[in-house]
Amino acid sequence: MKLKILVADRQIVRPGDILAIIEDEEVESFKYLPEKHIYILKGKVYSDVIGIASISNNEVSVIPLEGTYIPRPGDLVIGVVTGIGITSWVIDIRSPYKGILNGTEVIENFNPIMHNLRDYLDVGDYILARIAAFDRSRDPILTIKGKDLGKITKGVVVEVKPSRVSRIIGKKGSMLNILTGLTHCTITVAQNGVLWISCPSDNTLNALVEAINIINRKPHMRGLTEKIKLFLMQKLERL
Amino acid sequence: MSTTPTKQPVIPTIKRETILRLLKRGERIDGRKFEDYRNIWIAVNPIPKAEGSALVKLGNTTVVTGIKLEIGAPYSDRPYEGVLQVHAEFVPLASPTFEPGPPDEDAIEVARVIDRSLREPHAIRLEDLVIIPTKKVWILFNDLYLLDHDGNILDAGMLSSMLALNFTKIPSVVVEAEDNIIINREQKEKPLPLNLNVVTITIGVFEENLLVDPSLDEELIIDSRITFAVDENGRIVGLQKTGMKGIKQETFEAALDLALRKAKELHELIGKVLNNPQNYTKPSLALEELWG
Amino acid sequence: MEKPVLIREDGLRHDGRKPGELRPIRMEVGVLKNSDGSAIVEYGGTKVIAAVYGPRETYPKHLILPDRAIIRCRYHMSPFSTSERKSPAPSRREIELSKVIREALEAVVFTELFPRTTIDIFIEVLQADGGTRTAGLTAASLALADAGIPMRDLVAGVAVGKVDGVLVLDIDEVEDEYGEADMPVGYAAGIDEIVLLQLNGVMTKDEVLEGIKLAKKGAEHIYKVMKETLYKKYLKALES
Repeated sequence: MKLKILVADRQIVRPGDILAIIEDEEVESFKYLPEKHIYILKGKVYSDVIGIASISNNEVSVIPLEGTYIPRPGDLVIGVVTGIGITSWVIDIRSPYKGILNGTEVIENFNPIMHNLRDYLDVGDYILARIAAFDRSRDPILTIKGKDLGKITKGVVVEVKPSRVSRIIGKKGSMLNILTGLTHCTITVAQNGVLWISCPSDNTLNALVEAINIINRKPHMRGLTEKIKLFLMQKLERL
Repeated sequence: MSTTPTKQPVIPTIKRETILRLLKRGERIDGRKFEDYRNIWIAVNPIPKAEGSALVKLGNTTVVTGIKLEIGAPYSDRPYEGVLQVHAEFVPLASPTFEPGPPDEDAIEVARVIDRSLREPHAIRLEDLVIIPTKKVWILFNDLYLLDHDGNILDAGMLSSMLALNFTKIPSVVVEAEDNIIINREQKEKPLPLNLNVVTITIGVFEENLLVDPSLDEELIIDSRITFAVDENGRIVGLQKTGMKGIKQETFEAALDLALRKAKELHELIGKVLNNPQNYTKPSLALEELWG
Repeated sequence: MEKPVLIREDGLRHDGRKPGELRPIRMEVGVLKNSDGSAIVEYGGTKVIAAVYGPRETYPKHLILPDRAIIRCRYHMSPFSTSERKSPAPSRREIELSKVIREALEAVVFTELFPRTTIDIFIEVLQADGGTRTAGLTAASLALADAGIPMRDLVAGVAVGKVDGVLVLDIDEVEDEYGEADMPVGYAAGIDEIVLLQLNGVMTKDEVLEGIKLAKKGAEHIYKVMKETLYKKYLKALES
């Protein structure tokens, strides 16, 4: 598919904006590529969302600027226990789809006659988990079997827009390296836009949270990584 | 609050595919051509207690409309006019998906489209429905009752309303005092004064195809519908697009031409009924006859 | 009240506009904190605010559709939006308009992406001066975009009227009240689809076709302003 691309890399695009014209083949019918946030109609490529155009190797896609978190298998998520059933917990993962954590995940030889789930995880508890299975037709199944997964007992939890997660991490982890390297905090970034932070002091915590808020507000600012670095250095110097 | 319909009857996949395959070949599941209405049966004045009534069966969609006249106060901004009120009831006996309760958005939409189609071209001479100017006027209740739902309630409802209005007789009144007006419903002589007749033509849009008078099965599959209200002079006196897909300009224009052609046919049908009402008058409701 | 002159001798409208002229249009997105997306839209004296929540969990559960999100839409007029207080209870008119606005938006939103969820759209008319349903549709479309909900296109709404025999764009309350016809149109200009169409009044076939053409022209302009509005808001996320 040969494209004549009409937008610049990192340009703001909106639903219904034409991003490219298909030059080599006659595409009459409608084709939707939801992961790329584009659709093709009558030989033209359109954006389906407000976002930033991303162009590489004569391909165009859109990185959304807004939107809710939709789980994907393998995603790391942080959620709150909001409901307790006989065999599973209901976990709010900031998504229209509630996470399900089965009793067997937490309790060895789980038996609903013997065990009361409430004794292990209660309403209001934060957990760090992975999406074990999800296909939108039923609720996502969570697992806490894995290193560092399970109930969060200390530290601070900060929320950002789910669409900002890739910016918090940065290219090959560049942003995350700056955030942790300069503050000596540990940060666990969950895909649903929840960050779990532990810092050596309140001052470094405050500086880090401020930096995260800047990324949350202006995720696509030019030279963002450098600006965050400068910001943190100034902040921490003054302390 | 308007919600995406969630209680639509499920069309079995095989049936849906059959309908779609036929449509692509230019055919409809009930054997009609794209431009055909279903058979229309009409019974006038089936409810003698009403001031006027008509039962219309459009294929298997059955609607009875009754007109009642009561005395009341005019609207304050229309002191020299009678009052028109159109209501539609989709009662639970008409469909397994209907629930008892106040009219839902579909019933309200049908009633309001019919109301506008009558009101805007001044189909009814409301100014002739005044008993004591600014104080007492006739309130005309046009109550549409859906008995059996098989699609295109609007056209059946509009036709039954228009016929019922044509056969409405105004009861005689004796004005003793402003607060003492005696209605004598035994004596109905004066016909309801009308200026003109209006019909609605509903056209289903499926891709580029236009389906006149979609049945319920078709309604559940097609993209959207456009209802055209057309008066006897060929003027457009109302429009309503329904359904969850957009339409193209060309499609709309083709639908408009088609609707104007079909409107002529329905106006002719109304003329036929008005000229020979005895052929359409039944001593009883005679539903089985209509069903036959 | 006596019918005012709607088309003056100089061919202009009662408020001095040309027949094909819109009122001053103003819009803003992201105006509410709680909602996932929001917008305020003004067409002259008509002021409408819209908010979107979702996609979120569906309540009650029996409304869930297994293959798509449901859209719930409420068009509502505030009691102080009209000269005479409007009862806050939903009228038959509001119930109908909620439906036609919902259907117009269903035509563009990719609901199949979010099975079993709900997208809620709340439209509040703060001041009514004609064209509230079309301004509401514009605001709702902007709020959906602001919520990051995937859709095929934005939708711009505008009403065309026939007043003193002349087709005019974007009618206000006086023209709606005393004119011969009011034709609200919702138009997805990017993909050239009409998603809302009603006519309240009497027109000839040619007038209907001419009216739709005029409405599209107006909607195209509003559509451009909508896109600029979204651009400007998100430019802030790019700028240093």
